[in-house]
Amino acid sequence: MSDKELQVRDKRELESEGERTRPGPVFVPAVDIFESEAEITLLADMPGVASENVSIDLHENQLTVSGEIEPLTSEKEEYLLQEFETGTFHRQFTLSDRIDQNAITATVKDGVLRLVLPKAEKAKPRKIEVKAG
Amino acid sequence: MTIIKWRPGRSGSRFDPFSEMQRLQREMHRIYNTLAGTQEGSRAAGVYPHLNITEDEDSYYVRAELPGVDPEDIEITTQDNDLIINGERKIPPEGANVSYHRREREAGSFRRITSLPTPIDSSKVAAVCKNGLLTITLPKAPAVKARQIDVKPA
Repeated sequence: MSDKELQVRDKRELESEGERTRPGPVFVPAVDIFESEAEITLLADMPGVASENVSIDLHENQLTVSGEIEPLTSEKEEYLLQEFETGTFHRQFTLSDRIDQNAITATVKDGVLRLVLPKAEKAKPRKIEVKAG
Repeated sequence: MTIIKWRPGRSGSRFDPFSEMQRLQREMHRIYNTLAGTQEGSRAAGVYPHLNITEDEDSYYVRAELPGVDPEDIEITTQDNDLIINGERKIPPEGANVSYHRREREAGSFRRITSLPTPIDSSKVAAVCKNGLLTITLPKAPAVKARQIDVKPA
């Protein structure tokens, strides 16, 4: 057990995102984004989203991640307490580096999406040696 | 068109339309939340994780969003009417050579206790964690279940 206790935070709801075809609230997933020399990795918390319901779209430098959820309860159930709402997850990012689109991999485990975006050859940093004149 | 009453003498003598608009916005937000019945801190316990509790004729269902929590790291205990959910969310380090652009996800331990309205049959409690969504099914104790009594003709 770690010493740190998790603090409860309300899910961030997306205020406006154009007109949607599906009704219901839209939430912004919490993400970690980190970069190594070869790739950019994105981790997004999307509880309740199965791997087949995740959609990832990369257009130009615009990355869109979204996930649909299945209904939580059966018809017979009645709410006694509701502290969280469920809905679609949606978030957009602008990537600065060039990404090798064919090599993108995505996995979902325990409701966390892991998206690995390898950088295209051009975008990898190069060391430039300065020669003595 | 909304007419805002000008109140001189409050914060000097100048009418400040911006603070007045903000006040109105806050007020509308509060009214909206009350009407929509959203929690806004009134019913939520403020302890991780948030819970949704439902019931049907036979059982209570307790649900929590626990993304990135290994089912092995969740411990569920029941005692009389109480349900205790213990666990830890681990975020393994990603190597020394990475630089972070965003870090919004948090790791840590959690412990939440909640009480159910009636006794439960603790021997039949079942818990499933699928895609980071925990569902605990707690059957009601037999004595609690509503019984239907047929009236026989005399």
